Amino acid sequence: MALVGNPNTGKTTTFNALAGVRQRVGNYPGVTVEKKVGFARWGNVRLRVVDLPGTYSLAPRSIDEMVAVDVLLGRRDDEPMPDVVVSVVDASNLERNLYLVSQILELGLPVVLALNMTDVAEQQGHKIDSKKLSRKLGIPVVELQAHRRRGIDELKAAIVAAAQASPPEPANPLPPAFQNEVERLSRLLRSSSESNNGHAPGGAPLPRYLLERLLLDTSGYLQRSLLPGEFMRPAADAIEAARKRLAEQGLPVPAVEAMARYWVSKMLEGTVDRPRQRLLTLSDRVDRVLTHRVVGTLFFVLVMALMFQSVFQWAVPAMDAIDAGVGVVGNWIESHMAEGTLRSLLVDGVIAGVGGVLVFLPQIFILFFFIGILEDCGYMARAAYLMDKLMSRVGLSGKSFIPLLSSFACAIPGIMAARVIENRRDRLTTILVAPLMTCSARLPVYTVLIAAFVPQRSMLGGLVGLQGLTLAAMYVLGIVMAVTVALVLKKTLFRGATPPFVMELPSYKWPSPMTVISRMIERGWAFVRRAGTVILAVSIVVWAALYFPHDKERVETPFAKQQSRLTSALEQLDADDPRRERIAAELREVENEILSEYSRQSYLGRLGHAIEPVVRPLGWDWRIGCAVLASFPAREVVIATLGVIYNLGEELDPTDREAATRLQTALRSATWDDTGQPVFNVPVALSIMVFFALCAQCASTLVVIQRETGRWSWSLFTFVYMTTLAYLAAWITYRTGMWLFG
Amino acid sequence: MASLCDLSEGERGRVSQIVGSDLLATRLLEMGLTPGVEVEMLGRAPLGDPLEFEVRGYRLSLRKSEAKLVTIEPLEP
Repeated sequence: MALVGNPNTGKTTTFNALAGVRQRVGNYPGVTVEKKVGFARWGNVRLRVVDLPGTYSLAPRSIDEMVAVDVLLGRRDDEPMPDVVVSVVDASNLERNLYLVSQILELGLPVVLALNMTDVAEQQGHKIDSKKLSRKLGIPVVELQAHRRRGIDELKAAIVAAAQASPPEPANPLPPAFQNEVERLSRLLRSSSESNNGHAPGGAPLPRYLLERLLLDTSGYLQRSLLPGEFMRPAADAIEAARKRLAEQGLPVPAVEAMARYWVSKMLEGTVDRPRQRLLTLSDRVDRVLTHRVVGTLFFVLVMALMFQSVFQWAVPAMDAIDAGVGVVGNWIESHMAEGTLRSLLVDGVIAGVGGVLVFLPQIFILFFFIGILEDCGYMARAAYLMDKLMSRVGLSGKSFIPLLSSFACAIPGIMAARVIENRRDRLTTILVAPLMTCSARLPVYTVLIAAFVPQRSMLGGLVGLQGLTLAAMYVLGIVMAVTVALVLKKTLFRGATPPFVMELPSYKWPSPMTVISRMIERGWAFVRRAGTVILAVSIVVWAALYFPHDKERVETPFAKQQSRLTSALEQLDADDPRRERIAAELREVENEILSEYSRQSYLGRLGHAIEPVVRPLGWDWRIGCAVLASFPAREVVIATLGVIYNLGEELDPTDREAATRLQTALRSATWDDTGQPVFNVPVALSIMVFFALCAQCASTLVVIQRETGRWSWSLFTFVYMTTLAYLAAWITYRTGMWLFG
Repeated sequence: MASLCDLSEGERGRVSQIVGSDLLATRLLEMGLTPGVEVEMLGRAPLGDPLEFEVRGYRLSLRKSEAKLVTIEPLEP
């Protein structure tokens, strides 16, 4: 059975109530539509429940919208035609909801109407006679309060009964003149397919519903997708002529459909008793406040600040705990296994990789906890309403605001949150610019470099410091670039008519904990399952590039003498000898140098050498190039890699003040191999920061882009455009910096 | 001809026609803005756009550019 309904009707809550926690969430191939399947049981009947995306109308105008229609008509290979369609409607908003129902009734499938939120309708003073409604529509009607699980058993019983009964006569409210035109089009297509050796357009003859849609769809999408080449011209002409004839009879397309289907409002007479004067509900009063010019804006800023703060800050303890856990497991393996390739693979490749995946979970959980609440209580639409003006300047809509705001904490949940944007072009634009927002992973890079190279000078009478200003400049750079790229994308790749904003502002209600939590878990799990494996693979590849060839003889021999001298010196000294400490430190330094030498000799190190001519214009030496390459899995890795390359060992924690200071000292004293001049100066530090502000050095982001867009080409596109942008901007920064300070 | 865009807060109008036949017009029709239906303007967003209306017992938000496409006859309060 398939679940269909308008957005905000409690369809998802109904799905959860029917299917429980046993759900499978995936994507229909080639499109960005989510496929949700669950199972329910009634007696000895097992129900397979497919949740179709929420929609106001079954009028496909894009491949994404086509999915639901194709499933209902049994035109997809990967999803059988449903035996029963359950149409979930909001009882307090029947008139508009029945528009979709009237389309569903034309499909000729058994339909059960789930009259949801009857409690809300009652509060608003609506009295609905569901028996009468059932008689008028000719289908079973079940009253439902899905969030309280009331009526679920009755719904299941009705579904099973409907599946066994014969399907109702397809009802069609469109006027006879229109029906005749559909007939005419059908005959035309049949005859032209017969003259074409029986090859019907698209294989099988088109269902009547789609013929009707061909007449009604003014966007041209259906003509392009349903009618192959040779049928296109004659059919398009016939459709054009039919529309003209209909308009002459006072039945203009597309208005004819809405006018016909909204006759349902006449049908509702006698079944629904609505108060003459609309009651001012609690929801209305709340809305009055929340969309108020001053109070509403303040509240919005407060909610957004709270959400941002929690993703940014509250996730930190959990992320630290995951890091610590990964560290404990790594140490345990290190102490229980002999040194060697396998141990290194396990500790630095696999465990570090798993940690790199899990570390995103707290942010994803927290963000989707908030989004779940905002969506379920009805505030999400208000947030889009409040921010629309601002976002429309960039060519987007208010719905892009939350995904982009979340990306300041982390682009991964931000990109995942872009699903709320129905328009494909807007959604893709939002996804593609989200990684330009300054996420928390860039902060360690900024703080280390700023502290080391930007002088601590206060400006404007101590109000702002130069260091803080530099950090702020990085944020501004990200935003400015995101706005620019969004504008460019909307003018080039995603050019087209402005998508309609036209949005329902649903009534406020208490969020259902089940819906919020299941959504949170689903999102987190989907990330681990789909993105996790690829992220793990990437971190293993980078580990291998940094580990191999691991030529022990070549690397360690030059140090062997010094090392054994220090070790034996240490052994000869007494336990409380004051010289011990100095020698032990010297020994550690040698060990760090060996480690550093290994990374220099590794494939990645050699690659770093090889690409030096490429990074030299940015003022970087091969070490920086190498560290940037190694940071492909995640930006913050660059700090640890620099630590290894500059002989500080691998246990470098950039949040540790003392370790950061050591790294800063090391960076300041680094020199070019050939000239002996210092590598780092202010322009170089700025050029690295600018590069990291704009680059796509985050494998997880690229993987999530693939998952959300359904195509690797978008990940590749993001990587290429961001890296190009980062390179150019870093080059300009370096040249300008050298001209100013050099 | 007056449009939905010309209503101020609390004013009502009856839809006479939707201008155009494109995607946007279709969408407005689907959402219940059919000829003859009554609409009340409820308010505007703090930044001045979009606008909020009540139609067929629910709340609908439209950008000014979208509201302009819906021509109406103003109704006495």
